[in-house]
Amino acid sequence: MTALHLVWQAAAVLVGGGLLGLVYKGFDRKLAARMQSRIGPPLRQPFLDVGKLLVKESIVPKDAVGWLFKAMPFLAVIASFTVLLYLPWGPFPAILRSGGDAILVLYLLAVPAVAMALGGFASGSPLATVGAQREIVMLMSYEFPLAVAVVGVVWRLATLGGGPAFSLGAIAAAPLWTMVGPLGVIGLAILAACLLIVTPAELSKIPFDIPEAETEIAGGLMVEYSGTYLALFYLADAAKTIAMAALVVTLFAPYGIAGLLGLSGAGGQAVDLLFHLVKIFVVMFAAVTTVRVAMARLKIDQVARGFWLQITAVAVAGLVLLVLDRMVVG
Amino acid sequence: MAETQNVYEIPIGPIHPALKEPIRFTFRVEGERIRGVDIRAGFAHRGIEFMAMKRNLIQTLYLSERICGICSISHPITITLAVERAAGIEVPPRAQYLRVIYSELERIHSHLLWAGVAAHELGFDTLLHLTWKVREQVLDLLEELSGNRIDYALPIYGGVRRDVAPEQIPKVEAMVRYYRGLLDELLDAFLRDPSVEARTRNVGILTPKEADSLCAVGPTARASGLSKDVRQDRPYLVYGELGVKAITPRDYGLEPRGDVYDKAVVRLLEVAQSLDLIETCLYEMPEGEITSFPKIPALLAFLKKAEGEGLGWHEAPRGEVIHYIRLEAGVEEPIVWKVKAPTYSNLMSWVPMFRDQEVADIPIIAASIDPCMCCMDRVHVVRDGSPGTVLKEELLRLSRAKTDRVTRHLSPVPRHGGGL
Repeated sequence: MTALHLVWQAAAVLVGGGLLGLVYKGFDRKLAARMQSRIGPPLRQPFLDVGKLLVKESIVPKDAVGWLFKAMPFLAVIASFTVLLYLPWGPFPAILRSGGDAILVLYLLAVPAVAMALGGFASGSPLATVGAQREIVMLMSYEFPLAVAVVGVVWRLATLGGGPAFSLGAIAAAPLWTMVGPLGVIGLAILAACLLIVTPAELSKIPFDIPEAETEIAGGLMVEYSGTYLALFYLADAAKTIAMAALVVTLFAPYGIAGLLGLSGAGGQAVDLLFHLVKIFVVMFAAVTTVRVAMARLKIDQVARGFWLQITAVAVAGLVLLVLDRMVVG
Repeated sequence: MAETQNVYEIPIGPIHPALKEPIRFTFRVEGERIRGVDIRAGFAHRGIEFMAMKRNLIQTLYLSERICGICSISHPITITLAVERAAGIEVPPRAQYLRVIYSELERIHSHLLWAGVAAHELGFDTLLHLTWKVREQVLDLLEELSGNRIDYALPIYGGVRRDVAPEQIPKVEAMVRYYRGLLDELLDAFLRDPSVEARTRNVGILTPKEADSLCAVGPTARASGLSKDVRQDRPYLVYGELGVKAITPRDYGLEPRGDVYDKAVVRLLEVAQSLDLIETCLYEMPEGEITSFPKIPALLAFLKKAEGEGLGWHEAPRGEVIHYIRLEAGVEEPIVWKVKAPTYSNLMSWVPMFRDQEVADIPIIAASIDPCMCCMDRVHVVRDGSPGTVLKEELLRLSRAKTDRVTRHLSPVPRHGGGL
């Protein structure tokens, strides 16, 4: 693979991922509106939003730490788009591959949250400070169950001899469900459920939109951001939504349908890519859209307690089942 | 733990997404814990009482309707009660029943409005949209009966301006049936939803003792278990005959805790109570006149000759509202008009309710008393172009001076720049 080829592919994934993120955001908003018996915005509304933000004035507050305030949106965008490069896209392997990319993706997913928190602290507003504190607490709360779920899956795969350890490409190539015993299936199901619960938290969506909490702290972290900087955070959020849903799909449902349909070659790849995108959409719809219309916002102490105790306990139980499965099945 | 330098201030308002009307809270916060609050009101002051002194009583009636868009039955009903007492006007029985019907319709729409706002403050927008969707039914009925969704122009001194026509009765019945059928669903959505319960149970507690000593009124007091309802305690119109009982969480089988959850319980049960009252009034309402002064000029002429003072009270959706009025023979305008809105009584309840709660609880606690700033704001002090503060002693002195002027039949407004 030539360097030029790599650049071309990376550009396709980044642009495609960004566009897809905005399209999915449009679906999310429209479907949420329909569930709330509203008409909702047109599907292209996220594009209009970004377009408008880009031509708006970008104000840096007088009390803000200017360089930090301005740098953080870029960091968030870069990190969340980089995740897209490390994820396999249905039939296509990830653009960037290395030994431990499952671990790398975990860290990259945390970077936008850290960037938002730093940007919040740097904006010099008490509301943003509260939001930033909450973001950090959130990050510390959901990171452990997230890590348990991801590591559990990749570890079990490695023990089954499924290619290099902690490689997302290997997981996508070898779906685990059929390779493990009954205990393992239960364990995997538990980890998948945990990951679905972590998803809205990772994306700061209701009931976990605590760092932004419009009615409480008027947008929290984002309260001082405007114009281009806000547009960048918006894009980062769109890309991160895709990345998080794609991670769930890659870990737990990396199946294609081209084989079932008897397709091969370019046609098969196209069908599989489309199917992959549909799966991402289903995960987003189930874990983000329906949850955010069905619940009230929780409080930060409730979330922290829930993730540290209940969700972590459940995730560890799933992991233990996988370990037991390893002992039984081998 | 002693307060340390970790305590910092968070300003909420006067303009903030959690607030539907302008008021300013300054919270002293330690981490996510609220250690204290300073409340500053007066941002929605429009000088309505003063405006009334330049208008005749009929114009004042319509002005009273514009104190607040949501209480646009409560204020006119209260001022008519006050004026009728001052001038000695009889109200025909049918008009009294009609006033009750209109008041209870207002209570239904106000409580549903509150429920939607509360859901929104919790970040539960689906519930907001659904509640406000079903609220349209009662607004449609009010429009059917009065011609308007708000500002109904229904009460008039001596009666009401519109009757419920026989062909409108099925529509009222349909509305009652609609909400009866829906009530279980509403109770289910608000009181049995785990995420709502997690956000409202044991949040913003007002103990019965605090509610009593701070003179809380309306659902705010009743949620704390106080059996306090003007319709029950000092019956007016036909409420005495209807046998209204103050609703507390006990009616739902709960021991009152005075938290936000209990306030939702009380308000939702009051919707059911209002439905019963409307139905009873609809069937028990006698035939007859709807006003003792069908001709407005005759009413104006009568009021111009009237002399005396009167107090009107009413249980508005938010609690007790009181209007005081003084009339003088030969003068068309009211000499004194004093409005005490329910939020004014409930304002101080915020202080104990906010104590040691979390920042995340601010919007729902602020909303839990169903505050109405435009009803409440009666004064705003400005000194040298900046907001001024009046301390207790001076406020007392000023209040006494005003009472003195009023009792000596002088204008309540100082003539030569005395006082404020």
